[in-house]
Amino acid sequence: MDTEGSDTSPTPTATQPGWLAHWPEQLTRVPYWAFQRQDVYAAEQERIFRGPAWHYLCLEADTPEPGDWRTTFVGDASVVVTRNAKGEIRAFENRCSHRGALICLDEKGKGNKGFSCVYHAWTYDLEGTLTGVAFQKGVKGKGGMAPDFKLSDHGPRKLRVATLHGLVFGTFTHDGPQLDDYLGDEITSRIARVLEGRKPVVLARYTQALPNNWKLYVENVKDSYHASILHLFFTTFELNRLSQKGAIIVDESGGHHVSYSAIDRKERTAGKEYAQQNIRSESQYRLADPSLLSGFEEFGDDVTLQILTVFPTFVLQQIQNCVAIRQLAPRGVNESDLHWTILGFETDTPEQRLARLKQANLVGPAGFISMEDGCVGGFVQRGIAGALDKSAVIEMGGDMAQSSESRVTEASIRGFRKAWRTHMGIANPTQAAP
Amino acid sequence: MTGDMQALYFKMSRALADYARCIDDDRLEEWPSFFVENCLYKVTTADNHCEGLEAGVIFANSRGMLSDRISALRQANIYERQCYRHLIGPPSILSSGDDDLRGEAAFMVARIMRDGTTLLFATGRYLDI
Repeated sequence: MDTEGSDTSPTPTATQPGWLAHWPEQLTRVPYWAFQRQDVYAAEQERIFRGPAWHYLCLEADTPEPGDWRTTFVGDASVVVTRNAKGEIRAFENRCSHRGALICLDEKGKGNKGFSCVYHAWTYDLEGTLTGVAFQKGVKGKGGMAPDFKLSDHGPRKLRVATLHGLVFGTFTHDGPQLDDYLGDEITSRIARVLEGRKPVVLARYTQALPNNWKLYVENVKDSYHASILHLFFTTFELNRLSQKGAIIVDESGGHHVSYSAIDRKERTAGKEYAQQNIRSESQYRLADPSLLSGFEEFGDDVTLQILTVFPTFVLQQIQNCVAIRQLAPRGVNESDLHWTILGFETDTPEQRLARLKQANLVGPAGFISMEDGCVGGFVQRGIAGALDKSAVIEMGGDMAQSSESRVTEASIRGFRKAWRTHMGIANPTQAAP
Repeated sequence: MTGDMQALYFKMSRALADYARCIDDDRLEEWPSFFVENCLYKVTTADNHCEGLEAGVIFANSRGMLSDRISALRQANIYERQCYRHLIGPPSILSSGDDDLRGEAAFMVARIMRDGTTLLFATGRYLDI
């Protein structure tokens, strides 16, 4: 499954940043400066995004034929994904090894034999290997590169690539874990539940600009506690009542999670807890056109919602029949871009396709549900602006990062912190035996 | 331009101006009445449109779905107080028939936050087709 790229120049390891020593011991506190400091951001780029983590790149279907390519992101780095002449997927940094210009300017293309940098026409094959330097021998015996210049000594960094049920992942680290081991069986099987054995069709792509540090969005996705409180739309229509059947799965590394809810056919009278807590969700709001939510049975398991994350920035979402991939790209300390890909499947009937188009209203920048997630990170970013010395309190459901049958927990946020600490080189508290 | 065309042009300009004013005045409950019951309303990106990708940021195929957008904004969704200012360019008439008028117009929308911060919120075109 894995395809090896070659040739990575060793990167010098930055000296241990001083702030690491000030990180709190427990998982239940996150200092607000972690969302505000440039040196934290820079260390994350080095240790997580260019480190041993695996990152979602694109769909296999995005580059179906040899010569097809698409650009994507791994953290700050622009990355080109290609399909080589043998039909294998390759990925390399979108950076000319001469002066650093982007090699590909567009998002995608077809029928390429290779690439040529617009700046000085250094050329690359579909693997990202440098194949030519314009005027390498000079003109009329004058100028040119030194005689000992070797093409093979230069080239953009290549990523190790692996595919899983139509998803393409990549990592800059060539000696890290395999993708399967990185994900573990539990996460892999829940990706399979949504994507295995069917060909996805892209229904839309768009990018949502988030006015906040990337980690605030990741923590929001992992936060099952807020879902039914902040998002009235969800709860009123019983898409995600906490007292529905459901659970949180946090993998051993802490970094990946699944939150799901399913129709509880035994007990469909949820709602008492909400009334007692005096939470807004107890309104009498009804849709004029409820066909928005009229879906179809797709998975055969009564699971109406499955939100799955892969550390650090990949989300696979199934909300009823609304299947989407969210890829988060940090854009500096205070900003991030959320790249949405809304999916249908080749086997969709016209009625099923229409149901997906309607349910797509639930998500994205104008999504009935996702709308709040697009702004709440900004509320935090602005709220903590003058509080570098304070910390977030993440104690709901205890102090560990374990799977839980209750979703009134922040276990998967603590899990994210656990994995983040591992990558950053901060020791984690010893977990008590379950 | 013939008199008929002038009349059509005037009609379209006026409809667009009224439409924008309705939103900018925050009379959102009136907004669905600019559409027929059996409408198709999509907000999507230029790239999705060019590639023929079907879904959008907003997709509605009934006036009821448009009303639901407004009631959700008013009653369900959480966001900061903000208002909008639309600038709509002169419309182009693409075709006209007995009971049928197709056109497009460019727009820019500014978003004004409660502290006065004004952002270019969206640029694009209305495709009334």
